[in-house]
Amino acid sequence: MTEAILRQIINYAHRADPYPLYEELRKTPVYHDADGPFVLSRYYDIQSLLHDPRISSDARNLKTPATANPLAAEADDETALPPSFLRLDPPEHDRLRRMTNRPFGPPHSPRRVHEMHGELKDIVSGLIDGIDNPDRIDLVDQFSYPFPVTVICRLLGVPREDEARFHSWADTIAASLDPDPGADTDERAKVSHNARTELGMYLAGLIEERRKKPGADMLSQLSTAGGPDGVMTTMEVLSTAALLLIAGHETTVNLITNGMLTLLRNPDVLERLRKDPNLAVPVVEELLRFEPPVQLVPQRTTLTDIEVRGVTIPKGASLWLVLAAGNRDPDRFEDPDRFDPDRGDIQHLGFGSGIHSCFGAPLARLEAQLALSELARRLENPRLLEDPPPYRQNAVLRGPRHLPIACDGIRP
Amino acid sequence: MSVDGSLDRLKREGRIVVVGASLAGLRAAETLREKGFAGSLTMIGDEPYEPYDRPPLSKQVLLGRATADRTGLPRLRAVDAQWRLGVPATGLDMAARRVRLADGDEVEYDRLLIATGVRARPWPQEDEAELDGVFVLRTRDDAEALERSLAQGPRRVLVIGAGFTGSEIASACRERGIAVTVAERADAPLVGALGGVVGEVAAELQRKHGVDLRCGVMVTRLEGDSAGHVRAAHFSDGSTVEADVVIVSLGAQRNTEWLAGSGLGAGLRGIACDAGCRAFDIRGIVTDDIYVAGDVARSPHPLFGYQFLSLEHWGNAVAQAETAAHNMLSESADRRPHIWVPAFWSSQFGVNIKSVGVPSMGTEILIAQGSRSEHRFTGVYGYQGRVIGAVTFDQTKWLQFYQQLIETTAPFPPAFPTVDRRPEGQQPIPADFPDPSVPTHGPTVTLSGYAPDDRRLTFTPARH
Repeated sequence: MTEAILRQIINYAHRADPYPLYEELRKTPVYHDADGPFVLSRYYDIQSLLHDPRISSDARNLKTPATANPLAAEADDETALPPSFLRLDPPEHDRLRRMTNRPFGPPHSPRRVHEMHGELKDIVSGLIDGIDNPDRIDLVDQFSYPFPVTVICRLLGVPREDEARFHSWADTIAASLDPDPGADTDERAKVSHNARTELGMYLAGLIEERRKKPGADMLSQLSTAGGPDGVMTTMEVLSTAALLLIAGHETTVNLITNGMLTLLRNPDVLERLRKDPNLAVPVVEELLRFEPPVQLVPQRTTLTDIEVRGVTIPKGASLWLVLAAGNRDPDRFEDPDRFDPDRGDIQHLGFGSGIHSCFGAPLARLEAQLALSELARRLENPRLLEDPPPYRQNAVLRGPRHLPIACDGIRP
Repeated sequence: MSVDGSLDRLKREGRIVVVGASLAGLRAAETLREKGFAGSLTMIGDEPYEPYDRPPLSKQVLLGRATADRTGLPRLRAVDAQWRLGVPATGLDMAARRVRLADGDEVEYDRLLIATGVRARPWPQEDEAELDGVFVLRTRDDAEALERSLAQGPRRVLVIGAGFTGSEIASACRERGIAVTVAERADAPLVGALGGVVGEVAAELQRKHGVDLRCGVMVTRLEGDSAGHVRAAHFSDGSTVEADVVIVSLGAQRNTEWLAGSGLGAGLRGIACDAGCRAFDIRGIVTDDIYVAGDVARSPHPLFGYQFLSLEHWGNAVAQAETAAHNMLSESADRRPHIWVPAFWSSQFGVNIKSVGVPSMGTEILIAQGSRSEHRFTGVYGYQGRVIGAVTFDQTKWLQFYQQLIETTAPFPPAFPTVDRRPEGQQPIPADFPDPSVPTHGPTVTLSGYAPDDRRLTFTPARH
């Protein structure tokens, strides 16, 4: 074990395959060096800390500011908006998440995601129909990327004619989350800041409109619905919408791209999925274990000294919970480095666990299941043109920047 | 049995009989097959139905969202059994290894699993219990009949007993817009299982949802009209409530009468067994061929002072059934103890209540997270300086942490800060369980003495 292991994980050279580093990390279940974070990599430790009320998601409880944390800065989405519920503890977290859930999931809206099925399928079909040159497809740019943005637009209720503008802001913000080391940082920060401001203004305008004339979309419901928790302020709706956009988008892109990459590396599974679209359910669960779109949770801190495996983690320490390492913990999963959608037991950490477990999970599951089963069905004899493909910089929201593939044709 | 390879023979061609074809019976049968049992398997059940799930009966079924015949338990694997449904077992001959059935038949076994569960405690006055409109709720038929009568729009429903089932029934009635009176002998609902501090919140919830909740009273008499339909109930405080549906929800009675005289350690408190699920006989000697699982079993739990716990919990039935099945087919060194940490859930008045450990052993409670006034909180129970139980109202996701505290006998009160700690969570307060010498409706967890032999215990009737 070298002190450089965290640096190696962040180092872009290891982006395509960080799993040997995670294996190394698991040998020191509570890893800590100098003034860095305490890093947890074993399944059961992570699982139990995600349910531990002595752990806070609120950066104000950190002893040292988040900027000292090499990953927090890049994962962080610092805007003028108040923190979204992702960065809050109960009771504020619970209140905002409850209000956001009201128009999204059970018990108040149990059919919302289910009812998006037809619309999602149409978007998927449209994107696959739009592939013009089967000899060279960039799955990220032509499919994985536009799909979830469109879905979020429809969910929030962004008018169709504004979708193109929305896409362009989302692109710019995504690029800033995933900095290209060669680029001019000041210029990038400026462009990104402008995009955020414009997106914020746009959404604020939309919220105003929806307040006056509500529709069936989530933005209308968030702005107007008055449950027992009252109505969200405009700022709260804004930061929630921004959260849904960023968190629901980047992660889904990676889930779909990692999925196709993994399927192309496991052609027998791809072939089975082509014949049986129902296999998409276990395939996506196993993907969430095998190649989770969020590799680690870097933003937790301790409210008190806590002891894990005999190591005392002091109050105010920064914690990293390496979900992707826990997902391949041999103490929990048999033969963890094998992609096996037939394993009966796939209780993965891909969506986290506890009160912050992925809010959009039901939608993400449906998107990935539809995307992968349709790609498997319609692409004729697909193959990878580059393996490994070029990855994005981001070590937390890890996934290919491009996925060049080719196929013999597109089935109707 | 195991010395000469007879365990292999048992697995290959043995005869296993399961009495009780509900959750525990079914899961045990499935586990037996999963562990490679290839012999003959007989499932005996007094109800005419294949195994079904009971929790929905007081929830979705009463709300009319699912019909009682749609509650069949999902099958995890084929059990390939001979089903003797609708025929109760009436006797056991331990020496001859035979179960007698109500139709006169006898079934021989090499291994027997008893999972006969409990039944609803009926209204003590038989003539009153027989009035039209008086119900209990335990079975599919009960639920179907009750739902039918709720669908007819009764003017008022009276629920006698505010334990979990009674409270869930009241909740379903309110959700259907039906006027409800709940009569509870204790000072608040759920006090037997969760104590007065939490019971107060349950009372508030009921009243907020429009339940006419009357605590500290007993129903002394049910009155019928000339057609034999219930029309009113008389209370110990002299008041009268007119109701055309009355649901008697006074806890459960264990189905052990069929074992009377068999020599098995079975009685009003259930069937005593060891931690490996093997039944005791009346001499306190453990049997080798008779196992017990589910609501009817009571077994010693090392985490709780080796007291014999009898748990009417869904999860306990599953875990105990699996352990019993495993042990039936194992050499003694390979047997496993049933050390499931008690846990149950209830949903009522829009709140999801979940508990772990044995709250009713607790003397003090600390509201560790959230707030009782918001009806969203985590309560931690302490007993002799350790954490012994926990309950959450709409805060299920924290419960696992408190279960770990119980499992590791962590000190009480917990000495650390948590998220969402409120001023009311700074100090523990008395948990306020009713004096156990005062009879009330049956609490969910029955704690009894150390002796495995039931018959020396005096039984306090768990009814008002």
